[in-house]
Amino acid sequence: MRSDSSLALKITASLGLLFLHLPILLIFLYAFTTEERSFAFPPPGLTTQWIAVAWNRADIWPPLILSLKVAALATVLALVLGTLISAAMSGAKFWGRDQLSLLIVLPIALPGVITGIALRAAIPMLHLDFSALTIVLGHATFCIVIVYNNAVARFRRLSGGILEASADLGANAFQTFRHILMPNLGTALLAGGMLAFALSFDEVIVTTFTAGVGAASKTLPIWMLDELIRPRQRPVTNVVAMVVFAMTFLPILAAYYLTRDGTETAGTGK
Amino acid sequence: MTPASFPARGLADRLTTLFWRHPRILLVLLLTPPLLWLGVVYLGSLAALLLQSFYALDSFSGLIVPEFTLKTYAQLFTQSNLSIILRTLLMASAVTAASTIIAFPIAYYAARYAKGRLKAAFYLGVMLPLWSSYLVKVYAFKLILAKEGIVTWIATSTHTDWLLTGALSLPYVGGNSLATSYLGTFTVFCYVWLPYMILPMQAALERVPTSMLEAAADLGATARQTFWTVTMPLALPGIIAGSIFTFSLTLGDYIIPQIIGNSASYIGMAVYQLQGTAGNVPLAAAFAVVPILIMLLYLTLARKAGAFDAL
Repeated sequence: MRSDSSLALKITASLGLLFLHLPILLIFLYAFTTEERSFAFPPPGLTTQWIAVAWNRADIWPPLILSLKVAALATVLALVLGTLISAAMSGAKFWGRDQLSLLIVLPIALPGVITGIALRAAIPMLHLDFSALTIVLGHATFCIVIVYNNAVARFRRLSGGILEASADLGANAFQTFRHILMPNLGTALLAGGMLAFALSFDEVIVTTFTAGVGAASKTLPIWMLDELIRPRQRPVTNVVAMVVFAMTFLPILAAYYLTRDGTETAGTGK
Repeated sequence: MTPASFPARGLADRLTTLFWRHPRILLVLLLTPPLLWLGVVYLGSLAALLLQSFYALDSFSGLIVPEFTLKTYAQLFTQSNLSIILRTLLMASAVTAASTIIAFPIAYYAARYAKGRLKAAFYLGVMLPLWSSYLVKVYAFKLILAKEGIVTWIATSTHTDWLLTGALSLPYVGGNSLATSYLGTFTVFCYVWLPYMILPMQAALERVPTSMLEAAADLGATARQTFWTVTMPLALPGIIAGSIFTFSLTLGDYIIPQIIGNSASYIGMAVYQLQGTAGNVPLAAAFAVVPILIMLLYLTLARKAGAFDAL
């Protein structure tokens, strides 16, 4: 058995990785171009003025703040609900356990457009108006599974013995939760929460179906989508794209470093 | 003699005793909030979707008539709607096939040869694009595939523009520019879903025991024979698992063909446009049932092939 890889394999693997990464780098380059009306390559000149222009654009800040709020709320909801399910699933076997695990992954296993149109059809039936809150409703639904995946893996690794030991030493259920379970679950929940935040911050498909009309429920991805369909100042969109990229990139990197020594590294599935 | 247990000191202690004696109560308490959420919000919405698909739009008033009918489903079988479904299926198959081919060397190298830091780099190199912003990735390709963009520039400066012009003049898949052709839509789909294929494929390849490969070599198999008769059959469930994602995600996407493509419609786009501008929620719902049925069929077949163990 050869232990060295062939040259052809090395080249195709490297090309594949380049294909995954080069396009993102171009976004950064185009944020500094002096060409405003087209995507001419190579850029005729470089300038940093677009960062200042983007900073002073009044239409960017409200969507950014709304996206942060929505992602934070959806993450908190997903953390609570995801942790509860993972605690129940890691405990005793019960009737309907397999069906429940299918139900948890369904929101991300089915295409986003299904979750979107389903909520679109259901929300008016409940006499609710589409608003920023209905966006949170949709996001939390598919963020639960992200938290669940991270928490349930940690529960599996956690030996039941330490919970029993805590009970034997006289701790009640809440003390065990506070002093034993939380410190052990901590990093897994933090990683799950960060991935959920990144996913929600960037989500556009379900959002377009659950958002209300007008500026009050315009998230940053919706703003970007508008710019993609009807471009105005293209380099400004690139500056925003850089911000969106950083807002998703950094939590993911953090989640990876938080869980990489375990067997259940965060982010292996989306 | 004092009892071996501590006396209950308050509500928390008494609840602990209750949970200990009746674990079911704790289970019910844990499961009620998430079940309410997933059961009511999510399953309820899916039920509402299904219900709506059996309603129809009154052609005169433009209002939804809440009476059971199969009329809306019958509309799916008109020529134009069938071609939307067929186009989406063809695109999803092509994207899945291409992703498999592009993903394989990366997954194979990462699983077989990369060690230590290089392995971590490979892992991050796939995971970061997987999680990083979907819209930013699509936008990147709008820059790349634009007529004045980098692809044209590379083709001109390496004197391979004949290749680009040739590809664009192909019947059906070609077009005015890459950004407005099937080729462009296809490229972006492959790019965006590629990491979803690599990760399960790599996981499956890592599970192929080295001892089996050595045994195959000892028994006189060439590298090629070992690959096709040992590695591939063992890695197949992982490949199928990856194909579930690439196929399902392409079936439902409506942003990519809207931004990069020749304005031909796909299932996702039909769903979005029908519920939005046309206000025809029943037909949109019926359209949405199509990918659900296709994916249920796909998942059943994948389960038979053992792909679920590879997830």
